Amino acid sequence: MTPNAIHGALALGPYFALLLVGFLPNEVWRMLGILVARGLDEDSELLVWVRGVATAVLAGVISQLVLTPPGPLATLPVTARVGAAVVGFLAFLIVRRSIFVGVLAGEIALVVGALALGH
Amino acid sequence: MSYAAAFVAGGKVGIKSVFSYVIFGTFIGYGALCHDLGFSLMWAWLSTALVWAGPAQVIVVSTLGSGAAPLESAIAVSLSGMRLLPMVAALLPIIKTPTTRWFNLILPAHFTAASMWVEGLRAAPGLPRENRIAFCNGLGTTMMTIALCGTFAGFELASQLPTLFAAAVLFLTPMSFLVSIARNSKELLDRLALGLGLVLTPLFAYAEVKLALLVAGLAAGTIAYVGARVWRARR
Repeated sequence: MTPNAIHGALALGPYFALLLVGFLPNEVWRMLGILVARGLDEDSELLVWVRGVATAVLAGVISQLVLTPPGPLATLPVTARVGAAVVGFLAFLIVRRSIFVGVLAGEIALVVGALALGH
Repeated sequence: MSYAAAFVAGGKVGIKSVFSYVIFGTFIGYGALCHDLGFSLMWAWLSTALVWAGPAQVIVVSTLGSGAAPLESAIAVSLSGMRLLPMVAALLPIIKTPTTRWFNLILPAHFTAASMWVEGLRAAPGLPRENRIAFCNGLGTTMMTIALCGTFAGFELASQLPTLFAAAVLFLTPMSFLVSIARNSKELLDRLALGLGLVLTPLFAYAEVKLALLVAGLAAGTIAYVGARVWRARR
């Protein structure tokens, strides 16, 4: 697809732009995932490796969302963001590996940290 | 179990999941962002239903809304969406049966996003195999409905939300991903992949490796796989 085609699409309106810029470039990976899954057996070693890669990429997304976040989160200092993630994770480990406690502690740490650092 | 019963079972797991609260909060932030950048509520809803991936949606609204080149934002969306391929490829073999037709996999594949993937991967193996697709569809439908409600609430409340609140709801995504993946990591492979992915991705990005997220993910996942195999073989 050429840049001109996409510019033309945007002129046609935000809904067509949503399809071309948002839906298709994202959905194509899910459909390719269906193709790849056709050749995979539940007990295969290949699937174990695929799970490892999927987990690692998701972990990478976490790092990026904390270190180079979008929108309003970027207005908070990086020390508050990283510190809050560490506090949340430690709380999760200490309190019965509870996801709820981890998320709550991380959020409180973020807000307290942001306020303490002058936001 | 009938299709409807398995679908409802998926919905119940969805409602009980911590992720549902996280999704509600996250999409309040997303709805407010859509409102502030001048999109309609219908557009915000459609983008949630069609894209169904938090980071990609934020890229779409912020780039289209700020007037960036659409081709650039399409590439950015596509790069963030690559992670969905291994996630779908890891989930589908667990939920399909030998007689499942490919078109029955389109819906569970579309519902696959981090939260649904983590809960589906955890809960689906506990069900009879022929019920797992219906279960995942119920789970995905529930989570998406909650996201649409959050989008609505954020859109309507946008002008009254303080910046710190908007920042805090955006922090829900990485925080909940981190602890839920850690909780689901029962094997050495998962723990290594999580730790290595967390560390290698920013290092690769700092070194300006092209497609850092994907390259670092492939490297971290492969090292974790080999490491776990060597560990298993030595014991």
